[in-house]
Amino acid sequence: MFDAGLFNYWFVVALMMTGLYVVMSRKNLVKKVIGLNLFQVSVIMFYVSMGKIEGGTAPIVVEGAAEDVVYSNPVPHVLMLTAIVVGVATTALALALVVRINEAYGTIEEDELFADGEDDQ
Amino acid sequence: MISQLPALQIVIPLLAAVLCAVLPRGNWAWAVALGASWAMPVVAGLMLQEVLANGPISYAMGGWEPPWGIEYRVDAASGFLLMLISIVGAVVMPYAQASVAAEIEEHNVPWFYTMYLLCLAGLLGIAITGDAFNAFVFLEVSSLSTYAMIAMGKDRRALVAAYQYLIMGTIGATFYVAGVGLLYSITGSLNFVDVAARLAEMETSRATLAAIAFITVGMSLKLALFPLHVWLPNAYAYAPSAATAFLAATATKVAVYLMLRFLFSVFGIGTTFDALPISEIFITLSLAAMFGASIVAIFQQNVKRMLAYSSVAQIGYITLGIGLANKMGMTGGIVHLFNHALMKAALFLVLGGVVYRIGTVKLPDLAGLGRRMPVTMGAFVIAGLSIIGTPGTAGFISKWYLAVGAFEKGWWWLVFLLVTSSLLSVVYIGRVVEIAYFREPSKEVASATETPLSMLVPTLVLVAATVYFGIDTTLTAGIASQAADVLLAGYR
Repeated sequence: MFDAGLFNYWFVVALMMTGLYVVMSRKNLVKKVIGLNLFQVSVIMFYVSMGKIEGGTAPIVVEGAAEDVVYSNPVPHVLMLTAIVVGVATTALALALVVRINEAYGTIEEDELFADGEDDQ
Repeated sequence: MISQLPALQIVIPLLAAVLCAVLPRGNWAWAVALGASWAMPVVAGLMLQEVLANGPISYAMGGWEPPWGIEYRVDAASGFLLMLISIVGAVVMPYAQASVAAEIEEHNVPWFYTMYLLCLAGLLGIAITGDAFNAFVFLEVSSLSTYAMIAMGKDRRALVAAYQYLIMGTIGATFYVAGVGLLYSITGSLNFVDVAARLAEMETSRATLAAIAFITVGMSLKLALFPLHVWLPNAYAYAPSAATAFLAATATKVAVYLMLRFLFSVFGIGTTFDALPISEIFITLSLAAMFGASIVAIFQQNVKRMLAYSSVAQIGYITLGIGLANKMGMTGGIVHLFNHALMKAALFLVLGGVVYRIGTVKLPDLAGLGRRMPVTMGAFVIAGLSIIGTPGTAGFISKWYLAVGAFEKGWWWLVFLLVTSSLLSVVYIGRVVEIAYFREPSKEVASATETPLSMLVPTLVLVAATVYFGIDTTLTAGIASQAADVLLAGYR
């Protein structure tokens, strides 16, 4: 169960649950976005650690290199470049919405947003 | 040209979106968006014709051969969905001009069309791609533009609705990526066909089951499966009318498609339905949606919000078809995906017209509207009958197939529940009809006139389609049963 070679998965799971918990438990809209970022970063770490192979080197073919050279898998790393961009875009949009919500309501606390019971009408 | 159709399906709206963003006038942007969105059904239609005649189309994006490059793959299931999204996107566009001009500030109008086209490109991309990670990118393209579109709604609650949808949607998409990551670590491939082939050669490991769980939960958030639907009612209620009609018809349907792709084509029905109690989970949650959301809909005062809850209930019918996992049930689910898109888009277009004329969709304010806007409200009644599932409308066809699918399993109680839940929709549609037709006109309604023609015609086209597909089912049920065959067979 607690294989030291799998510690990256434990790290990812811990980070993921922390992020998810922050998103669900915090009432402050900015803190929720921070939780969401943690959550996304955990998946990015998962991919990055998945592509790394023990003793693996950069996947560049060099003439005269040893025959038995081991390469890391670059695909997950490249995928995560895209995911990071997506994450940045999401965060930017979320924060822009928080700014607009603050202008419209004068607060970014969730309970105060719904305090006037506007939604039931 | 013909061989490049799969690329054009995505490239046209993507480039048109960029063009819209730099245009200074709303009407110019609208013209560009109209041209791009009307090209979509043509492209999708040509591809669907080709698929039905000669089998699936595979397109290597950028010339990189699959499974290493990104493959665009059109088969009966994805072709059917591409057609649906294209048609709805094209029908809503002429309607949008007047509606958007009335509901969105002038300087934001070109941005609205940019977001609309980006969303269209993203949704079409999810349907067409054969690559798991590419599907995630398109999912986020469509989602981010959707959040922005919702936030353009007039009411300040639109901002909170967009924010809540963003949080839930991002969690869903991230779950999906985590699932894809697990799949990649097992198989070393991202191409749907390739992953399916490699999984078939392996024992089902715990990692595979975890991947199924991540992807199913992630997509369930996106498709608003009860009880993961909480983002949907406010998002649909406060978004601009044209956006609501477009999203209600397409966004959740695409998520259903992507989930079907994974459950049936990639993992294969042998893994998903035998190893995990997916059938039981879906049927239970679908029934909860059909009853729970319908009951909540009955008590709504805002008609747009009422229809949004009705959407959650109707998604229940679609997922019920998935849960049945036999040919008739699947056909019913896929036909309902199409039929519900038509009728819900029609209903939301009617409400857009009502907002345009009287500026509100609160139930008491609609009193007497049937006399002032007879054609518009007539469209509401017909599309409403289709939601209920009256024979002669499209809604009846899908429920018929679902009932047959349940009978084949010997689950007569499920047929009984299907009929009972339809009675709930009689109540919520009936409330609107009663107030609009049998009450004295309120003061907002007294001076109202019929919706302008540019908004009325698209509404009537969709209403006519719900009636047409209720009578002639060769096109919808025919293609849907082929799509069900494709999905049930998997890639093998």
